[in-house]
Amino acid sequence: MAATHPAHPPGFAHQFETVEQQRDAGHLGMWIFLATEILFFGGMFTAYTVYRSLHLQEFIRGSHELLVKFGATNTAVLICSSLTMALAIRSAQTGKSRGTVISWLLLTWVLGAAFLAIKLRYEWYRDWVEGLIPGVSWMGGGGHTPGVKMFMCFYFFMTGLHALHMVAGLGILTVLVVMTARKRFSPNYYAPLEISGLYWHFVDIVWIFLFPLLYLIGGRYPGS
Amino acid sequence: MSTEAPAEPAVNYLNASYGIKSWLLTLDHKRIGLLYLATITLMFVVGGLAATLMRLHLVEPQGALFEPETYNKMFSSHGIIMVFFFLIPSIPATLGNFCIPLMIGARDVAFPRLNLMSWYLFVTGCAFVLYDTISGGVDTGWTFYPPYSSLYAQSHVVAAALGIFIAGFSSILTGLNFIVTIHKMRAPGMTWFRLPLFIWALYATSLIFVLGTPVIAVTVFLLGLERLLHVGIFDPAVGGDPLLFQHMFWFYSHPAVYIMILPGMGVISELITAFSRKKIFGYSFVAFSSLSIAVISFIVWGHHMFVTGQALYAGLVFSVLSFLVAIPSAVKVFNWTATLYRGSISYEAPMLYALGFIGLFTIGGLTGLFLASLATDVHLNGTYFIVAHFHYIMVGGAVMAYLGGIHFWWPKICGRLYPDMWARISAAIIFIGFNLTFFPQFMLGYLGMPRRYAVYAPEFQVLNVLSSAGASILGIGYVIPLVYLIWSMRYGPIAGPNPWKAKGLEWTIPSPPPTENFEEIPIVTEDAYNYPAIEPHAYPDSQGVASV
Repeated sequence: MAATHPAHPPGFAHQFETVEQQRDAGHLGMWIFLATEILFFGGMFTAYTVYRSLHLQEFIRGSHELLVKFGATNTAVLICSSLTMALAIRSAQTGKSRGTVISWLLLTWVLGAAFLAIKLRYEWYRDWVEGLIPGVSWMGGGGHTPGVKMFMCFYFFMTGLHALHMVAGLGILTVLVVMTARKRFSPNYYAPLEISGLYWHFVDIVWIFLFPLLYLIGGRYPGS
Repeated sequence: MSTEAPAEPAVNYLNASYGIKSWLLTLDHKRIGLLYLATITLMFVVGGLAATLMRLHLVEPQGALFEPETYNKMFSSHGIIMVFFFLIPSIPATLGNFCIPLMIGARDVAFPRLNLMSWYLFVTGCAFVLYDTISGGVDTGWTFYPPYSSLYAQSHVVAAALGIFIAGFSSILTGLNFIVTIHKMRAPGMTWFRLPLFIWALYATSLIFVLGTPVIAVTVFLLGLERLLHVGIFDPAVGGDPLLFQHMFWFYSHPAVYIMILPGMGVISELITAFSRKKIFGYSFVAFSSLSIAVISFIVWGHHMFVTGQALYAGLVFSVLSFLVAIPSAVKVFNWTATLYRGSISYEAPMLYALGFIGLFTIGGLTGLFLASLATDVHLNGTYFIVAHFHYIMVGGAVMAYLGGIHFWWPKICGRLYPDMWARISAAIIFIGFNLTFFPQFMLGYLGMPRRYAVYAPEFQVLNVLSSAGASILGIGYVIPLVYLIWSMRYGPIAGPNPWKAKGLEWTIPSPPPTENFEEIPIVTEDAYNYPAIEPHAYPDSQGVASV
């Protein structure tokens, strides 16, 4: 009965018996969710790989339409955001002030938003102007064969889905900032921070795979 | 455990609060289970009506009712609704939601809010598909193969695809919730090898939910984008490969077959033990056979593509792998029958369904071996033999188990008993009607009648009329339980906590259970199915053998 737990820590849910049980359940739940996500992106990676082998030259030409410098900048931005996320968790764990935790979280938020801004302003917007978006602003001519169009499809599906995950991540960070400000976390209870951190790192890792797959491999280098 | 709980508690999960809002915003796993029950019953009725119309149409060789285009939409709606919106959620989302916390000794699932969200996602998916059906339906079959569904589609593919996409997330979240619940919420002493086998089966099912469903989600997503934006992912005209769609589709949809049958197998393990009053024969074999079925299910998808241009060697490998599934399936059937041996068997309605399941599943499973063989599959592919085979698994297997489970746990769900005689009669009617419907289809398929055709050669008429006659009997068999179960909710006699004298934590608490399930979290000290041993010769006065 509920009465047997004299003092509930904040955020403790009725269906659990102990705080540890709740924390473990949350962690396991997030790991399983991430497994699901791997399969979700995995379906796309599989399709990408199959078509890349079918249309190698066109995929290489498509890849040349992307701007490596912005992709690389964004990679750096995301890796930094993972660091600041980890520092936010660390400072909650070691009992640093709420201000410290919130600062790291906000910095993470800003880096995530910077990623999206760069993607939108310098990449997608340019693609739109130059007619590289299949189904939206596709200027089919210019020697672009169907394989190139397919490459661009995959580019937009994959980066678009990744961006959606980033937007969800920004929402989660916002909630975490509010929760921290309301004194919900302590060195004894910061599971939501940790679990959200797992998600944030996962979204970064997806990008770590997307960046070489879309921007780097195939014929970028002198002599190839 | 010897103290009897009161026959009907004053406050239980059903009467703890009233009003629509208390149901639509409930976080109680038992109520959410009932929300699913109502939703999938509605979907079953819609899908069943489509089937009824199809069987009526096929009474005459030239088709009695529809234009061929309409017939295509009928079987597509039937397939989509029955597979994605009835069979896949049937046992896990209703009985699983209701029973898992009760059976493992927990107050709720690990994430009750997520659980409610799953239901809302599911309802949203249902809404899209019903809208789709009303606004004209799809004519692609439930498999959505491009280019039927892309280049040449004349129907509302996108709404149906979106419905499946959304309902898929409901499956994923339910699976996630179940896995975490089974890992982390078990009562003290409820070790993995004391878990009821229903829990093992749902655990294996949840693995498929979590690992398979995202792939169909992304596949359907790509298909929808291809359709909306006219970009060719699966369109050969722009370099796409329709076979890739089939690979990705079956990577999920073959494991999905086991999403439908594995929970049913779990229910049967509960029913067979409860009504033969014996410990299951070979507990760990049955438990691990569930897991191995889940694992093998992911590597056999190519047997759906033997005649679609897949490489011959890939076909050989998929054929061999498909035969492997027969091993854990047979382990289960043999262990159930071995459990029956020298059991103290009684034939209440749930047991009739369980025995029906064993027979029908065996036929369905063995005919699956015909189809896993490359050479016979070339002959039988695309005929009614396939239709009969998977209906023996999905209706003869999964639906029988679902109904058996509903009849078994109904007294727990609403605290009242249904009329046993009517239940037995309807179980018999369903068994007879089912066989009359689908056995002729094996013969039709073997004789060469193709599936999905709105017209057929006149020499097939006798068997088709038999099948349609069987379908009407089957329909009656499904209506009777609907009537008496609803009747019993109000007028049935009070069931008491354990009307079957069955083992298991869910039978130690009042019926209907209180919102909290357990007044105090139980401590488990015995194995599952620890029924008193029956040794009539050695111990004439064996009633004294105590249950712990």
